[in-house]
Amino acid sequence: MNKIKLTIDNKQIEVEKGTTIYKAAKELGIYIPVLCYMNLEGLNIENKPGGCRICVVEVEGRNNLAPSCSTDVWEGMVVNTHSMRVINARRTVMEFILSDHPKDCLTCAKSGNCDLQDMAVKLGVREIPGQEYAEMSTYKIDFSPSIIRDLDKCIMCRRCEMMCNDFQTVGALSAFNRGFEAAVGPAFEMELEDSTCTYCGQCVAVCPTGALTEKDHTRDVINALSDPTKKVVVQTAPAVRAALGEEFGMEPGTLVTGKMVSALRRLGFDYVFDTDFAADLTIMEEGTELLDRLTKYLGGDKEVKLPILTSCCPAWVSFFEHYFPEMKDIPSTARSPQQMFGAIAKTYFADKISTKREDLVVVSIMPCLAKKYEAQRDEFKVDGNPDVDFSISTRELAHLIKEANLDLNILPDEDFDKPLGESSGAGVIFGTTGGVIEAAVRTAYELHTGKKLEKLDFEQLRGFEAIRKATVDFDGTPINIGIAHGLGHARKLLDEIKAGKSEFHAIEIMACPGGCIGGGGQPLHHSDTSILKARAEAIYREDAGKPIRKSHENPYILKLYEEFLGKPMSEKSHHLLHTAYFDKSRKIEIS
Amino acid sequence: MEEKSMSDIKVKVKEKDLIKIQEICKSFDNKPGELINVLHKTQEHFGYLPAEIQEVVAQELDVAVAKVYGVVTFYSFFTMLPKGKFPISICTGTACYVRGADNVLQEFKRQLNIEVGETTDDGKYSLNCLRCVGACGLAPVVLVGDKTYGRVSPEGVKEILEEYQEK
Repeated sequence: MNKIKLTIDNKQIEVEKGTTIYKAAKELGIYIPVLCYMNLEGLNIENKPGGCRICVVEVEGRNNLAPSCSTDVWEGMVVNTHSMRVINARRTVMEFILSDHPKDCLTCAKSGNCDLQDMAVKLGVREIPGQEYAEMSTYKIDFSPSIIRDLDKCIMCRRCEMMCNDFQTVGALSAFNRGFEAAVGPAFEMELEDSTCTYCGQCVAVCPTGALTEKDHTRDVINALSDPTKKVVVQTAPAVRAALGEEFGMEPGTLVTGKMVSALRRLGFDYVFDTDFAADLTIMEEGTELLDRLTKYLGGDKEVKLPILTSCCPAWVSFFEHYFPEMKDIPSTARSPQQMFGAIAKTYFADKISTKREDLVVVSIMPCLAKKYEAQRDEFKVDGNPDVDFSISTRELAHLIKEANLDLNILPDEDFDKPLGESSGAGVIFGTTGGVIEAAVRTAYELHTGKKLEKLDFEQLRGFEAIRKATVDFDGTPINIGIAHGLGHARKLLDEIKAGKSEFHAIEIMACPGGCIGGGGQPLHHSDTSILKARAEAIYREDAGKPIRKSHENPYILKLYEEFLGKPMSEKSHHLLHTAYFDKSRKIEIS
Repeated sequence: MEEKSMSDIKVKVKEKDLIKIQEICKSFDNKPGELINVLHKTQEHFGYLPAEIQEVVAQELDVAVAKVYGVVTFYSFFTMLPKGKFPISICTGTACYVRGADNVLQEFKRQLNIEVGETTDDGKYSLNCLRCVGACGLAPVVLVGDKTYGRVSPEGVKEILEEYQEK
């Protein structure tokens, strides 16, 4: 390895060749402010267009200031990160960025959680000279089912473009136009709804301003809660409990399951249930489907489609509908836990409490923005009435709790209501990459072999590596499992299947980095991977502490089958818990 | 250009146009890195780059259509609108600008009743700005097609247009 010695702020350091000034300074504990730059360490997600120029430093012997995020060190380099020249330059750059930025911070959805706002404070901006020369862009606000785009607030950091293209390989967003008009968006300024966007929300998760935010449904939820004629049911996804605490100043990785239930009850929800229950149900259906295909395959059936792909992640579903429509019969037909919950709540549970479908409102709390879109899909509606009425993100729930003047920190722990609030540890781990397939393996193994699993923790399926492969021994039958998080990584596995080179029997795919814990609706990670890791650890901790850790042992799931569904993949199950996929690819036709 | 049904998005394009674009892309081995060259050739053929043509280029080179649009809107040479029979370009480079190019531009806009980047309804004139044609001694400079006009004043605009009236 080539080592390079340099001096930063009079401190000497030796780093590897190819290191940037920014990273070398960080090793010395010197923080250089950055805006467009972002780095999710260990996940291979880095954005360094060197565009915003906030991170400039002075380098001896170089005339102009150097952007530290994208300038490599050299031997004997002498860097000054906070000379008067640097401080002035940074403030001037910030003033330029703000000159054509809307000044509606008071009502902006990002206010208080905005990197741009924070940077303006940090750099001591008190006035914006030259505003009169700036031309404000006037783009129409795009309200998609999941994401709101207000391009006048775009500062061209291009983080969203990097996530959408490099990480997700979705390619819905690209920088376009120049100067004051420059922004990032789909081709021809079309709406997201008309593009190949999957609503994964990773653009929102990294946007440093209010240009990209979620479609807020908190007003709709408040209206439903205020309506005396409605019974309002809430379900909470597994990843929410591992992140919600962050919005209330708690350490990343703090589990707030009981406090969250308590808060929801105080907000006025009539029944506080758990999406984890539906995750257990998903395992029953998806696991049975996996075993069914596997048994046929092992029995010599050449027609059967393998590998089976998980179908819980709505962004992933959109992704293969857009890009791999010819493979739409490979994923499991099982609906996602959110939708299974909605279907069961509006039939089985509505009957139990003698409430008509239209008087029951189902709200879901999700770490995800694609869930908003999923809830609105036509196939999940009965006579126009959706199985899930409103899907709100972890961030929106935090807003609701704060608006109601509740402090999560001092709320007591409470338990979910029954029957749709009971879940196994397998349902909990759905919230992190590798969790769905681990949950499926726990059940499929026992159902297939008729033997009890000695060890429930499948360490080989866990972790943050982009693509993971493992072989699980099903009592003499080796089952090959693949896991990918991030749609770009999923694409690689799909290309293998397409080429007939895949050796997997089952593949789990989640669109977001780290799985749902890193979803587009979660508290902003501000490019800190350790936050995502702490959330994943919390999920496994919750699982380990559960008395029941296998989906097929959840007594309320067994009761649901006994009283209502019959058995997995029954006709009723097919009707309520399974779905079909559609070809959404862009097609060029001769006119 | 687009028709959206329940499940998919269709882009309509004429068969001969499709074949031509495929030909151009193939001459660059369908390499994504050749996007700018492909767009040059395509614009040379069609005169401009409307949305459906960008969609085909995107598909042929296997790049996102958003990216193609990004490149087309970044480089001022590319245009999504058909140019007029007589494309008018006004140099707004430094020398021309300080010698009153902006006033000349305003006069063209007034006379033709179009904005920069637009084409008159009859398809006769289009108006664009460019940066320095290397004839700063003649500033401000105006080009109509390949013909160069030097030391143009707002008063001279009418005279230039009259030259093309009957053509």
